[in-house]
Amino acid sequence: MSEVLIVAEHADSHISKPALELLTLARRLGDPVAVVFGESDDTAAKALGEYGASRVLTVTDPAINDYLVAPKAEALAQIAESVQPVAILITSTPEGKEIAGRLAIKLGSGLITDATDIVADGTTTQSVFAGNWTVTASVTHGPLVVTVKPNAITPEPAPVEPATEQIQVSISEAAKSARIVNSEPKKSSGRPELTEAAVVVSGGRGTAGNFTAVEELADVLGGAVGASRAAVDAGWYPYAYQIGQTGKTVSPQLYIAAGISGAIQHRAGMQTSKAIVAVNKDAEAPIFALADLGIVGDLHKVLPVVIEEIKKRKG
Amino acid sequence: MKIVVLAKHVPDATGERTFAADGTVDRASSDGLLSELDEYAVEQALQIADERDDVEVVAMTLGPEDAADAIKRSLQMGASAGVHIIDEAVHGSDALATSAILAEAITKAAPDLVICGMASTDGTMGVIPAMIAERLNWPAATLGATLSLADDQVTIRRDDDVASLTIEASLPAIVSVTDQSGEARYPSMKGILAAKKKPVETWTLADLGIAEAAVGLDAAWSKVHQTTPRPPKEQGRVVEEEDGASALIDFLAAGKYI
Repeated sequence: MSEVLIVAEHADSHISKPALELLTLARRLGDPVAVVFGESDDTAAKALGEYGASRVLTVTDPAINDYLVAPKAEALAQIAESVQPVAILITSTPEGKEIAGRLAIKLGSGLITDATDIVADGTTTQSVFAGNWTVTASVTHGPLVVTVKPNAITPEPAPVEPATEQIQVSISEAAKSARIVNSEPKKSSGRPELTEAAVVVSGGRGTAGNFTAVEELADVLGGAVGASRAAVDAGWYPYAYQIGQTGKTVSPQLYIAAGISGAIQHRAGMQTSKAIVAVNKDAEAPIFALADLGIVGDLHKVLPVVIEEIKKRKG
Repeated sequence: MKIVVLAKHVPDATGERTFAADGTVDRASSDGLLSELDEYAVEQALQIADERDDVEVVAMTLGPEDAADAIKRSLQMGASAGVHIIDEAVHGSDALATSAILAEAITKAAPDLVICGMASTDGTMGVIPAMIAERLNWPAATLGATLSLADDQVTIRRDDDVASLTIEASLPAIVSVTDQSGEARYPSMKGILAAKKKPVETWTLADLGIAEAAVGLDAAWSKVHQTTPRPPKEQGRVVEEEDGASALIDFLAAGKYI
């Protein structure tokens, strides 16, 4: 059976949920082989095997951490040369997309980014123009190089016992040109990853800079917190939580937009959410056109009542 | 010092964006403009030019006739010259062909630094700067929330989910900047008048030594099968503030969130 490469992102050997989604999609195309960059332990390989990775290839060349993007693309190209995969699946992060673009050139492959689905014959689905159109496409050259949006599908386990292997790669001098001279780790919010969360509560201009109610509602629902660009630009919430065209795209089961008007740039990042609730003072706000439930009112009046009631019900 | 800014002309995101019959973005039926995200790139180039007196900023665009507007806007903001790569054969090119054309054009322009936006607002792939760097074998310092230039070195701050990275690269280099890099200036009246006298060159594929058959829709390595508009969402329930909390509680309970 032909093999399919996936790039498995992890943090200290904890395999990310999007990596399990890639494995689930990869199994439709062939036999999944996971590539792990950086040091990891047995728990990573075990988690990948749980979702069908028959082989786990680890690359620990120091250039991976010392230089931006290019070494990873070079390592993947070398692995692809020996594995000869039918497809290479990478998560649609900014880095993942850049790796994919470089890899497509190296392999002479067609490139598809931000896929939300892939079927057995390699046809992909994408959601474009702020989620207003769906496009199906496939590549005509080389192995399919595709990046897949996180949270687009549900990971399904298919346990196997993976073979693990350390892979030696040779990274060229040309790939060692954008030097990472400092890395300042970010503080964890303690909440679920924005792109992986089942519930996202977002705040916008209507918070007037006070995210307390937004954060508390997210916490009682076990969700993540997001922010509109207006809120981020005002300095009320960090850029890492921005949802929209120039931030994250989320597709949770439930999206609660609090004090967000719903400009096209914001809708681009949340339109494909399964259920949408909007709380906004302006009855004319475009966000209401998307909402399954719209509340015309002040989020600072509505949300605290909801938070108290949920706490009460939880006991 | 010569800086090339890649400036894409895109359909207005606030209008109705559609596809043409051949599966490409319909650029004819709606108004176009300089991609908002490329304005940040122009701004960063101009800030470098403001600080030094030896900087030439060239706005480069690849696209049909209307794309000249992206150059015009860049010149009005303060860029010194424009290059419009225009050739009918380019229509329908994929990212691979687009990056190949731009890489050749950059080689011909021979800048010290190329500045791009983080992505276009129509295709939104965000891959072109990395792909050009791949083709030119140049360093790529991409997605800068800040950009600074000292001697022959660029430095950016790149924020990802787990860390804030400082990236350095020696010139010549290609960088991209995000919408966090600083608001783009509006053209002044003086800038608008001055723009009319600034030189704009037109380059074809032949000028770049690229065969027509190597680009365009037929040469694309990805094929669009179908484009389907998203069905309009059914109007949901809308309630007033006084009923808001109980409506939301009911909604959450019905969805088993609580």
